[in-house]
Amino acid sequence: MSNEALIVVENVSRFYAEHTAVNNISFTVKRGEVLGFLGPNGAGKSTTMNIITGNLAPTEGRVLINGIDILDAPKEAKAELGYLPEQPPLYLDLTVNEYLLFCAKINKVKLSHYRMTIDAAKERCGLTQVGKRLIANLSKGFQQRVGLAQAILHSPTIIVLDEPTVGLDPLQIREIRKLIGELRADHSVILSTHILPEVQTLCDNVLIINKGRLVLSDSIKGLRQRMRLAILRVAFLRPPSCEQLMNIKFVDQAQELGNGIFNLHFQPGESPAEELVKVAVVNDWGLFELVPGRLSLEDVFVDITMNEQLD
Amino acid sequence: MLMLHIASKEFKSLFISPLGWSILAVVQFIVAYLFLSQVNLYVQFQPGLSDSPGLTEIVVLQTFNNVAIILLLVIPLLTMRMLSEEFRNKTVCLLFSAPISMTEIIIGKYLGLLGFIALLLGMIMLMPLSLLIGGVLDWGLIFSGILGLSLLLSSFAAIGLYMSSLTSYPSVAAVTAFGVLLGLWIIDWTQGTLDEKYQIVLGYISIFNHYESLLNGVFSSSDVVYYLLLIITFITLSVRQLSAYRTQY
Repeated sequence: MSNEALIVVENVSRFYAEHTAVNNISFTVKRGEVLGFLGPNGAGKSTTMNIITGNLAPTEGRVLINGIDILDAPKEAKAELGYLPEQPPLYLDLTVNEYLLFCAKINKVKLSHYRMTIDAAKERCGLTQVGKRLIANLSKGFQQRVGLAQAILHSPTIIVLDEPTVGLDPLQIREIRKLIGELRADHSVILSTHILPEVQTLCDNVLIINKGRLVLSDSIKGLRQRMRLAILRVAFLRPPSCEQLMNIKFVDQAQELGNGIFNLHFQPGESPAEELVKVAVVNDWGLFELVPGRLSLEDVFVDITMNEQLD
Repeated sequence: MLMLHIASKEFKSLFISPLGWSILAVVQFIVAYLFLSQVNLYVQFQPGLSDSPGLTEIVVLQTFNNVAIILLLVIPLLTMRMLSEEFRNKTVCLLFSAPISMTEIIIGKYLGLLGFIALLLGMIMLMPLSLLIGGVLDWGLIFSGILGLSLLLSSFAAIGLYMSSLTSYPSVAAVTAFGVLLGLWIIDWTQGTLDEKYQIVLGYISIFNHYESLLNGVFSSSDVVYYLLLIITFITLSVRQLSAYRTQY
């Protein structure tokens, strides 16, 4: 059950007259998986999400939702989908209740369940207090929540969220994260975002897309591997010279950063840490800090997208 | 079922903004003025004439004729935001992501429009009915006139809906719909400069000719077919345009 692929994207491309928005992208999402979608502005994230949800027809390739082609049988495929686009699709002149009622109707929620589903969605998105207010009068954060409520209302198996935390305050962001954490139990979630820690805390898999091409598709675990660096950061009370440090086994290069702090570079898999501690004690350098260097996700992201641009 | 949900939403949303209310009020006011002046005309001249057109012809049918022209100006204002605004505010995403077909979206919106037009006609009909207080009406003529007016307004609405599917600017949709309707009205005003055979074709295309014969109590199926064809054509075009939206943008 947990291994079935809910979303299959096969060689999807989307061309505009002279401009390629998405170029030959393929990936799959399994049930219960949260997929993070990263990329600089204009990379094709939203285009891809629009294609997955049937808002945009791909020029080439196909999208299967639960095994159903979204272009061949759109009604069946879309019944499984909930989508929050970049700009929440809100009718500003309706109240929150009226709007969600309309969404429930067009998403074929059973008549007897209207009230229950709407109340549940409002509860989950923290909208219980504003049900009777006009959407136009709500703040950006609340409008975003209404959009989110609309996407999860009919409890679709696949939820696609295009930058769901934009415009929210930190507290609300935390709530949304909690909500996505709850949703993953029996839904698949595709999430695009600019906020990198969000991906680290929420997602199982990460896609990085740049200039319409998929440049990285990896699990969070794999990404963590990438983030590990062959660097040790050490600090001494009575710092030795660089030469002395470079004499230690496995140290390829020592770089002084000032205030007794050094970066030690070494070959991956050959950590000089043990040897270093021994030498430091013998020579009484006063070692008080030893930190394995780590790239942030941001570094990986910048690294990958920048390299792409150089190619 | 889904169609009816969309229809009822469209119908209601016309009354959420002041647009629906103001259209009802303004049209009612203008039609009432024209209606009263026809009643006045009838009262002044009719007693002196014998064997001449009656109350229905002079007051009711002439009012219907005026209503058609007023609504030619008004219907584009009703239809302009139907799809344009959905494109503009990107709310069309909501409909595209829901399990609804393009045909259901378009027909739903069209039915919503027809609901509003029915209400508008119902309110206008109260005026001829008020004549029953002191007069006798020719019901055959009136029903034929109502049929003609309903068909005419339904085709206005279909054309307006299609124009709204072409652009994300409601004002552009209104202007083009108005242009097409006006064009279909005046297309046979050629002042006799054309060949007879062309004149016949243009005369058939003209949207008001078919209305006039229904208004005169002549029920010909070719007139009814003309309007049905026009409606079906523009509804189909709208569905196609909405589907094409997904490949264009």
